[in-house]
Amino acid sequence: MSTSAQKKMNMVQAIAMALDEAMALDPTVLALGEDIADAQGGGVFKCTAGLSTKYGTERVRSTPIAEQAIVGAAVGAALAGMRPVAEIMLMNFMTVAMDQVVNHAAKLRYMTGGQTHVPLTIRTTTGAGFGTGGQHADYLEAWFAHTAGIKVVAPSTPADAYGLLLSCIFDDDPCIFIENLPLYFVPGVAPLAGERVPLGKARVVCEGADVTVVSYSRTLHDVLEVARELEAQNVSVEVIDLRTIAPLDMDTISASVARTGRAVVAHEAQVDFGVGAEIVARLHREHFGRLKAPVGRVGAARSPVPYSKPLEAAFVPTRARIAAAILDTLN
Amino acid sequence: MSELENPGRPALLEMYRIATLIKQADDRFIALIKAGLIASPYYSPRGQELIPAAVSVNLRASDYVVTMYRGIHDQIGKGIPLRPFVAEFMGRATGTCKGKGGPMHITHVASGLPVTTGIVGAGLPIANGLAWAAQLKKTGQVTVCNFGDGATNIGAFHEALNLASLWKLPVVFVCQNNGYAEHTRYDLGTSSATIADRAVAYGMTGVTVDGNDAIELWRAARDAVGRARAGEGPTLLEAKTFRFRGHLLGDDSHYIPKAEMAAAMAEDPLPRYRAWLVVQGHASEAALDDIEATNAAAIEDAVEFALASPFPDESELTTDVYAMEARA
Repeated sequence: MSTSAQKKMNMVQAIAMALDEAMALDPTVLALGEDIADAQGGGVFKCTAGLSTKYGTERVRSTPIAEQAIVGAAVGAALAGMRPVAEIMLMNFMTVAMDQVVNHAAKLRYMTGGQTHVPLTIRTTTGAGFGTGGQHADYLEAWFAHTAGIKVVAPSTPADAYGLLLSCIFDDDPCIFIENLPLYFVPGVAPLAGERVPLGKARVVCEGADVTVVSYSRTLHDVLEVARELEAQNVSVEVIDLRTIAPLDMDTISASVARTGRAVVAHEAQVDFGVGAEIVARLHREHFGRLKAPVGRVGAARSPVPYSKPLEAAFVPTRARIAAAILDTLN
Repeated sequence: MSELENPGRPALLEMYRIATLIKQADDRFIALIKAGLIASPYYSPRGQELIPAAVSVNLRASDYVVTMYRGIHDQIGKGIPLRPFVAEFMGRATGTCKGKGGPMHITHVASGLPVTTGIVGAGLPIANGLAWAAQLKKTGQVTVCNFGDGATNIGAFHEALNLASLWKLPVVFVCQNNGYAEHTRYDLGTSSATIADRAVAYGMTGVTVDGNDAIELWRAARDAVGRARAGEGPTLLEAKTFRFRGHLLGDDSHYIPKAEMAAAMAEDPLPRYRAWLVVQGHASEAALDDIEATNAAAIEDAVEFALASPFPDESELTTDVYAMEARA
């Protein structure tokens, strides 16, 4: 319906809506994390507000500040047939629980010859822009995408956040769901209730003829802005939102690059050894003879996230750097 | 002594059967490794057999046991079928994990063994999750999590005990304290006098027992499993024991003083338990010999099965990574 399609919602509301719906739909869906129950505030970013009141503190549990305990309990509950959604407040705190994520959640299906599986979703947030400095704003998606057995999802809009989160919760593999803090309160088109977004499928956000730009999460919005600016200069940019990083929808990327002959990958994580490197390698392999220019990459600087405002602004892939990378493929 | 305080004769003999099956399987595995038929690092549980024997007879088939790379005693105790068990050691397609897990990751869900981890201390937080699910589903299942004294020094141990106590989870944390974390003596790596002392910090019951005494172990396990089953929360059960064959097969235990090793050997729990059963009139020598002969036949059957089994097809390399083999 056009009226519901016009309705606006931000990402926090969309995530809350997905969690509520999943918990109503399936009694095995559980939530756990620091401060997530209503008595503790419903989550520091309020994504879980109301859930414990509605579903009880048996299913919606606030935990101590103990990331290994949180992810471990989620892994064990998942092994026993539940669908836990663990909240790791900030992506940097995933480092504290890496053993549970990488050695256990990711590998138990394989190491048990398929006897067990871990239908676990880990929601986490990140993104530079709030002056949190080096330990609260890293994009670490490449670490997880590099680990066989995990799916990595990074929505850029409220509707996608809703639809992808539902898909993650009901997926039988462990999923890392990366929420972007700077996008949390940006209103977007509200999702339609029940409309899931499939994992592993990218979306062509806008069509163009000259160059393909592959992006995801917050950086996608900068890419779209740059694409609009370049249109005025008669440069036609096709923009792809990955939505899911692993598994990577190479078909959509490849079909686009087959038409445009040029590509740039743009993400907030630093360029070196990042997701862009994987995409560039695959594009060069598949389109070597047809590429009109080397595939470009734009990302954050090779540094920890800086605190000082001008440095922080320069750290992320700025629109100017994205534009320069696109224009570079055209020259 | 009252019946309440002692296991009955069937439990006594079942403990003997399990403990000797573990020892016999351990001896056989070592022979297979030396013959080049198993290619894997091997962590012998020799000396620790009575612990899972005494715990297991207090468990139900549906209860969970979580263990680690030194875990064959816990797996045999929980009743893992020997054929796929030995086949997994040999990396065969008929193994519990299709040969993909190997000795450090032996898993058999049907036997209540959903997690065996090669990472020291990692099983404890996962055991909490299994117990949480049982608590939510009100299944009455208890989760026993086994680990060594070394594991009590990693952060996950402390996080897990704290959470289990807060949430009153039906878990029994069994520390098989064999006095050495790899090659490091207990007091050089652990700051508390006992492992059970650490329970105080988490408001849970902590008990230290002689891990070489079947009856003492049985009582402690019965109480801990009973508390968990009754919704009274977790227990930290420390069983003091010894490791006769070093950390890893081939390790000459040079870091263990000779006198200490000799004293431990003199306290070998299996001959002691056997003698006690006979002296107390619970079984004749012949009856116990029969149990061991039955064990030996079962082990040989499993070895033959495993040796005759194929290795996994190469196509298995990339299956079981994702639910639907997703393109990565």
